[in-house]
Amino acid sequence: MLTAVLLFLPLAAALLLLFIKGAAARALALGATLLEFGLAVYAAFAFKTSGTAGFNLNYAWIPSAGINFHIGIDGLSLLLVLLTTFLVPLILLAAFKHNYDNPSTFYALVLFMQTGLLGVFMSLDAFLFYFFWEVALIPIYFLAGAWGGERRVAVTLKFFLYTVVGSLFMLAGFVYLYLQTGPAAGSLASHSSELSAFYSLKLSAAEQSWLFWLIFAAFAVKMPIFPFHTWQPDTYTESPAPATMLLSGIMLKMGIYGTMRWLLPIVPLGVSQWGKLVIILSIIGIIYGAIIAIRQRDMKRLIAYSSLSHVGLMAAGVFSLTQIGLQGVVIQMLAHGLNVVGMFFVADAIERRTGTRYIPDLGGLTRRTPVLTVCFLVMLLSTVALPLTGGFVGEFLLLAGVYQYNAWAGAIAGLTIIFSAVYLLRMFQRVMLGPDSAFSETITDLTGGELLILVPLIALVFWLGLFPGSFLHLSEPAVINILGLVGR
Amino acid sequence: MISIILLSVFGILNLFLGFLRSNKVLLPGAMLLLLAVFGVNLTDWNVVHAPYFNNMLVVDNYTVAFTGIVLLTTIVLLPFSRSYVVAGESNLAEYYALLLFSLVGAVMMVGYDHLIMLFVGIEILSICMYVLAGSNKRDSRSNEAALKYFLMGAFATGILLFGIALLYGATGTFVLSQLASAIAAPENASLQPMLYIGILMMIIGIGFKVSAAPFHFWTPDVYEGTPTFFTAFMSTVVKTAGFAAFLKLLAVALPAAQGFWMPTIQAMCALTLLLGNVGAAAQTSTKRMLAYSSVSHAGYLLIGLVASRGNLTGDAASGIFFYSLAYSIATIAAFGVLKLVADHRQREDYAGLNGLGKTNPLLAFTMTVAMLSLAGIPLTGGFFGKFFLLAAAADQGYIGLVVFAVVMSMVGLYYYLRPIIAMYLQPVPEGATAVPVDGIQTATLALLVLLTIALGIAPGFLSGIL
Repeated sequence: MLTAVLLFLPLAAALLLLFIKGAAARALALGATLLEFGLAVYAAFAFKTSGTAGFNLNYAWIPSAGINFHIGIDGLSLLLVLLTTFLVPLILLAAFKHNYDNPSTFYALVLFMQTGLLGVFMSLDAFLFYFFWEVALIPIYFLAGAWGGERRVAVTLKFFLYTVVGSLFMLAGFVYLYLQTGPAAGSLASHSSELSAFYSLKLSAAEQSWLFWLIFAAFAVKMPIFPFHTWQPDTYTESPAPATMLLSGIMLKMGIYGTMRWLLPIVPLGVSQWGKLVIILSIIGIIYGAIIAIRQRDMKRLIAYSSLSHVGLMAAGVFSLTQIGLQGVVIQMLAHGLNVVGMFFVADAIERRTGTRYIPDLGGLTRRTPVLTVCFLVMLLSTVALPLTGGFVGEFLLLAGVYQYNAWAGAIAGLTIIFSAVYLLRMFQRVMLGPDSAFSETITDLTGGELLILVPLIALVFWLGLFPGSFLHLSEPAVINILGLVGR
Repeated sequence: MISIILLSVFGILNLFLGFLRSNKVLLPGAMLLLLAVFGVNLTDWNVVHAPYFNNMLVVDNYTVAFTGIVLLTTIVLLPFSRSYVVAGESNLAEYYALLLFSLVGAVMMVGYDHLIMLFVGIEILSICMYVLAGSNKRDSRSNEAALKYFLMGAFATGILLFGIALLYGATGTFVLSQLASAIAAPENASLQPMLYIGILMMIIGIGFKVSAAPFHFWTPDVYEGTPTFFTAFMSTVVKTAGFAAFLKLLAVALPAAQGFWMPTIQAMCALTLLLGNVGAAAQTSTKRMLAYSSVSHAGYLLIGLVASRGNLTGDAASGIFFYSLAYSIATIAAFGVLKLVADHRQREDYAGLNGLGKTNPLLAFTMTVAMLSLAGIPLTGGFFGKFFLLAAAADQGYIGLVVFAVVMSMVGLYYYLRPIIAMYLQPVPEGATAVPVDGIQTATLALLVLLTIALGIAPGFLSGIL
C-alpha cells in the first residue's frame, strides 16, 4: 500500500495543479513533494533489509496477457527512491527562482515525471517497467522543449528520437523474453512478464548475445555511454535548469539502475560476452568527456561533459561485476545525483545574477559572494572526489571494483579523478577567482532561499562521505542477490 | 440485424427532418439516434443468433464488437459538424442521412456471411463516400477528390466483384463456411488457378478500400480534397469495417488457401508500412500527413491479419479489434482538432498549428495525446494496440515482419512529433486568436482524451475479448 501511495501521490498532486494557479500552486507542489520525501524516509525505516523486494503490490493488469501491475522496493530501489524524493523538492525550489510561463504546468510536469521515475525504480514487471520508462520521458520532453533555450526544437527532437528508439529496442527484447516464458501459477495467460519469470528463463548463449544489445540500447542511450551520448550535452545545455537537474540528477540513474536489475541478471552470458567491450566504451567515454570538458567555455556544457565522464566510470563499475564495484555504483549514483544537481544549481545561480554562463565573461566573483564560493567549492570538491565527501567513497569503491576486474582498466579509469580536478578547478578559478569582470562588484551573494537548496545537498554530501555504511548496508543484500543471479 | 434496420429507418427519418429546415434539431437528433443504436447493438453481446436470411448475415460477438467501434466513432465525430449547423448548410440532413446509410454498409461488411452481402455492404459504404467526398461543391479540390475516388473506387469494386464471381465459379457457393469446405475438398484441386485468381482479385478490391499498398495511391489526394469532417469518417469507419471484412474473409472462407494468400498479405504489409511511414515523413501538411499515417496504420493492421493465420478469435483478432478502436479514437481526435483549427486559421499545414498550446491548451493537449497514441507511446491506447498486434505476430514466429514494423514505427515518431513541436515549441503567429470551440466539442474532445488514456492505462477491459 505504501508503495502505491508513494507512486501515485505526485501524480495526484500534478492533476490538482492543473486547476490551481499562483502561490497556491507552489505551496501544493512543494508540500506534496515534501510529504512524498517524508513517506520515503518512513519506508526506509520500515524497510526490512533483505535480498528480495518488500512492500509488494501485485494486481492483474492485463489478465489475458499475463501482465501484472507489480511494484515493490528492495534495497537498491529504496536508495533511488530516497534520492528521487529528496531531489525533487529541491529541484522545485530551484524552479521557483525563475519566472516561467504557466508555472503550474511546469510544476505539474515535474511531479508527473516523479511518478514516472519512481515507477521505473519500483516496477517488478517488464511491461510496467517499460511503461514507466516512457512515462518519465514525456514530461521531460515538454519541460526541455517548451521552456528551453533557442535551439530547443532541434535538440529536444534529437533527444526524444534517440531515447525512444533506444527504448523500442528494449521493448523488442522484452517481448522476445516474454514469449519464452511459461504461464505464471494460477494465470490463464500463456506467458508472464514478471521479473522473476525473466530471471528463471533458460536462454542459450547465442540468444543472450543479441538480447544483450537490444535491452542495453535503451540503458546506454539513457546513461549515456559513448558513443550513444551525442544528444546529452546539447540537451543539458538547452534545457531550463530544473529540467537539466532532473535529467542529470535522476534520469541518468534510470539507465544504470536498469542495467543492474533488468540486464545483468537476465542475460548473464551476454554480459560476460560483451561486458569487456562495454567497459572499454565506458573508459573511452571517461577520457573523451573529460578532454572535451577541459575545452568548454559554457559552464552548463562543461558540467554536462563532466557528467558524461563520471557516468562512464559508473558504467564500468556495473560491468566489473564485483560486489565492491556494484556497491560503489550505488553510492556514486547517490553522490553524483547530489553533486550534479548542486553544480547545476550553482551555475544557474550565477547565470541568474550575471545573465551569462560564458566562462570568459566571468571572473573575480568571489569577493562579494563568500557563501556562494564556499558552496560552489564543496560541490566541486565532492565531484572531484575529495575524501570526506560522498564522491570520494563512490569513486574509490568503483575504482577498486574496476581494478579487481582489470588492473589496466582501473588505472586508466582512475584518470577521471585527475581530469575532473583539472577542468573543474580551472572553471572555478576562471569564474570565481581570476581578474575582475564586469560583475565582480555588482554580484550579490546567495539568499536564504537558495541556501535552503544547497545546505541539504551539502549536508548529505558529507553524510555520504563520513558514514557511507548507513546507505551501503541497505543495498548490500540486493547487490549480492543480483551478483548471485549473474553467477548462476 | 436490429442495428441495420434502425440505421436505415433513422437515415430516412433524417431526410424527412431535413424538410423542417431546422439544422439545430439535426445534430443532437442524429447523436441520440446513434447512441440508441449503440446501446441496442451492445445487447447482442454473447447472445447466440441463428444466421439471418439463409446465411446472409450473422450477428455474433465479432459483429457486435466491430459494429460498436464504427458506431462509437461516428457518435464522437458528429459534434465536429457544428460549423455546418452554424453556417446554415442547406444539405445537412442529406449529409447525416448519407453517414447513417454508409454505417448500414459498414455493419453489413462486418456481419456478412455471404459474399454478395459483402459486396452490397462495400457498395453502400462506398457510394455514400463518393458523394460525401465531393460535398463541398464549390471547392475544386473537393470535386477532384470525389472524381478520383469514384473512378478508382469503381474499378476496385469491379475487380472485387470479378473475384467473387471467380470464387463462385471455382466452388459453387457464396457462403463463407461452405467456401472453406469446398476449397479444402481434394476433388476441387483442379480448379485452383481460377480460385487463386479470384482470391487475388478480392484481396485487391478490399486492399483498395482499406488503402493498403500498392493500392493506396488515391489516399493522400482524396483525403486532402475531401472536407475534413468526412475525411475523418473515411479514415476510421471505412478502415475498421474494411479490416473486419478482410479478417473474416481470410479466416472463415479462405483458411485452406493460406499458403497462397499469406505471402501476398505479408508483402503488402511490408510495402504498406514502408510507403505509409516514409510518405508521411515527407509531408508538410498535417492533413496529408494524417492521410499517409492512415496508410501506415493499415500496415500495422495487416500484421494482425498475418498473425491471425486464419483465426477469427484469439490474440490477433482481439489485437485488431483493440488497435482499430484505439486508432479510430485517436484519429477522430486529430482530425477534429485539425478541422477546428483549419476552419479558424484557414490553413492545414504544420505551421497552421503554431502556438496552439498557448491559444487553445485543450485543443493542443488533445492533439498531443492523439499523436502520441498514433505513434504508439505508452500511456495511450495506441501503445497497447501495437503491442498486442506485434506480440501476436512475434508469437507466431513472424520476427522479421515485427522488427520491420518496429523500425517503421521509429520513423513514425518523427512525423507525429511535428504537430506537437508546432503547437508547443513554436511561437504564436502574429494576430492569431483563440480557436472558438463550443461546449459539446469541448466535452467530446475531453472524452476522446480520456478514452485514449483509459485504453492506455487499463487495456485489460477490452483486450482478449474476441
